[in-house]
Amino acid sequence: MIATAIPAVPDSSARAALQLVDVHKSFGVTPIIRGVSLDVHAGERHAIIGPNGAGKSTLFNLVSGRFAPTSGAILLKGESITGSAPFEIYRKGLARSFQVTNIFPRLSVFENVRCSVLWSLGYGYSFRRRVAMLRDANERTETILERIRLASRRDVQAGVLTYAEQRALEIGITIAGNADVILLDEPTSGMSRDEAAAAVELVRSISRGKTLVMVEHDMSVVFDLADRISVLVYGEIIATDVPERIRANAAVQTAYLGTAVDA
Amino acid sequence: MSEAGRASVLTPSARSLFSRLAPYRLWIAAAFVLVALPYFPGLTGNFGRSLLSQMGIAAVFALSYNLLLGQTGLLSFGHAVYFGLGGYAAIHLMRAISGGLPIPMPFVPLAGAATGLFFGLLFGSVTVRRAGVIFALISLGVGELVYALLRMLPAISGGEEGITANRTAGPHVFGVGLGPQLQMYYLIAFWAFVSAVLMYAFLRTPVGRMCNAVRDNAERAEFIGYDPVRVRLVVLAVAAMFAGLAGGLHALNYEIVASEAAGTGRSGTVLLMAYIGGVANFLGAILGAVTITWLQVSLSDYTSAWQLYLGLFFVLFVLFAPRGLAGLIVMHKEVVRTRAFLGLLRAYAVALLPAAVMTIGAIVFIEINYRRATQPEADPRMALFGIDMDYSTPWPWLAAIALLAIGAWLFRASLPLVASAWERATEAARTTAGGRR
Repeated sequence: MIATAIPAVPDSSARAALQLVDVHKSFGVTPIIRGVSLDVHAGERHAIIGPNGAGKSTLFNLVSGRFAPTSGAILLKGESITGSAPFEIYRKGLARSFQVTNIFPRLSVFENVRCSVLWSLGYGYSFRRRVAMLRDANERTETILERIRLASRRDVQAGVLTYAEQRALEIGITIAGNADVILLDEPTSGMSRDEAAAAVELVRSISRGKTLVMVEHDMSVVFDLADRISVLVYGEIIATDVPERIRANAAVQTAYLGTAVDA
Repeated sequence: MSEAGRASVLTPSARSLFSRLAPYRLWIAAAFVLVALPYFPGLTGNFGRSLLSQMGIAAVFALSYNLLLGQTGLLSFGHAVYFGLGGYAAIHLMRAISGGLPIPMPFVPLAGAATGLFFGLLFGSVTVRRAGVIFALISLGVGELVYALLRMLPAISGGEEGITANRTAGPHVFGVGLGPQLQMYYLIAFWAFVSAVLMYAFLRTPVGRMCNAVRDNAERAEFIGYDPVRVRLVVLAVAAMFAGLAGGLHALNYEIVASEAAGTGRSGTVLLMAYIGGVANFLGAILGAVTITWLQVSLSDYTSAWQLYLGLFFVLFVLFAPRGLAGLIVMHKEVVRTRAFLGLLRAYAVALLPAAVMTIGAIVFIEINYRRATQPEADPRMALFGIDMDYSTPWPWLAAIALLAIGAWLFRASLPLVASAWERATEAARTTAGGRR
């Protein structure tokens, strides 16, 4: 038996990587998120599930800075990121992927990933050095391309990749900056069974040693990957627990899993 | 040491020099062309050399514009602001040099560049907050504002008449007095070359790559750590700096800067150049600048309706070749080596004949109309293409319309021929590319 370096379920004393404190979000008069409080432990894989329209994507958009919450606080590694711009949150170590593929379509696959490693390596807005000469950036890009299995497609324009390849690139862009908190929005959406299985392995490998929060519809993926699961229903979290207990939770079954089994 | 021994020591270092220079062979070739151009037949006279000078200035300006439009996706309607302000800074510096300031004239364009950079940062901090339509409209507003301000301050701008200076004043470095147009051309060629190299290099830096990323998807750029507003500000400042440098060259070349240098007309012309040249390609801006400058100069010699032709030319490109001249070249690069290319050329030749008929009809129609409308008192007899005609009779009108209609009909009929020849050529290119793999 080989002991894994990271425990499957971190002990309760683990520092919270991400904290949401009574977060509300309304669009006009319509409340979408209605008081969400959540602690995501450092190093865990945390899944957020819930029926369509529950507000999962909105929650991600609040955490990653795409929208500012109407009220409440969001803390990343103990530091407030409430209402910060996406690039500020990213620089504090949180990266996200998108459910609808969000890449740089006219750049090559290699360029997509290389642009995504630049900030983390400290190159910022530099115009003193040529990117071709930045050995660390190019090597890191190659490594990422190997991991997302797109090395053979490196010079292809990203816009002409197949759907599954674009999904892989989407994850590649997200992990390229080596952020320690990663948000994945439906990483297997729209994929065939085989593609989804490959994506699960990819997610497993990239989340090693990191904190992962993901929204996912496919229950087999969720129960396979997640250390803990939060169930979001109509803008409120009705349960947060380990997979076995979520499966057994009566409230969750009526609100969500019951309908999922029937469908 | 013997001769042979020395040669064997030198050869490897010479070889390594060659291999180190190899990636720059296009730039080296361009430098040689720039040096040789004023001695090409037809360009040795003063007219040819001032045409080349004008092209060089336009090329720097168009390249700077393409940093915005092609590389960052920012459509500006006010880029001439930086050209004009750079030009004014340069002309005032030239006057100061005439007054005894010991700065050699060849460095004057740097004052234009500094001024462009300054105003790029100043106006940019307002204009780049948003991209797309909003940026386009704000740039138009800033353009009008600066133009109006210049007109209101004749002491600085000289208004429509402009401010004049003398480029031969000041200390002469290496005997460069800028008196002869040839010297002026070489100075412009030097700065144009340096500008092109620097702009090309800029696009290959981290922030330059992010310009392309922001163009493609500004939102995603935010989620990999970059503030798109900041990226746009950097590129606007750089573009404004080179536009200012072009304005400085303009001041030196013409020894006069008037308010039109910052006007909307010039902003429109540079958009035309970048677009017709092809925005997706770095070299496109140069192609466009050279073509449009040549058209401006040569067309205005033949017809006073030249701006109308330029506009038509632009519309045709937007409709039928949106990737510009560079796009057309790139398109043909793959098929040029295939055997089907000859067939394609033949198809082009077939289509060219009715196209020429159509064009002649259009030109006659435009010219007689233009003359009738703008000079109603003039003699209705004129000569076009060496043929005397009298437009008070219906014959020139009928002939023009007939040529236009017949040409258009035949041209349309020839298009399927071109399309199928193109298909065969691309097919052949695909199979040869496949065979090579």
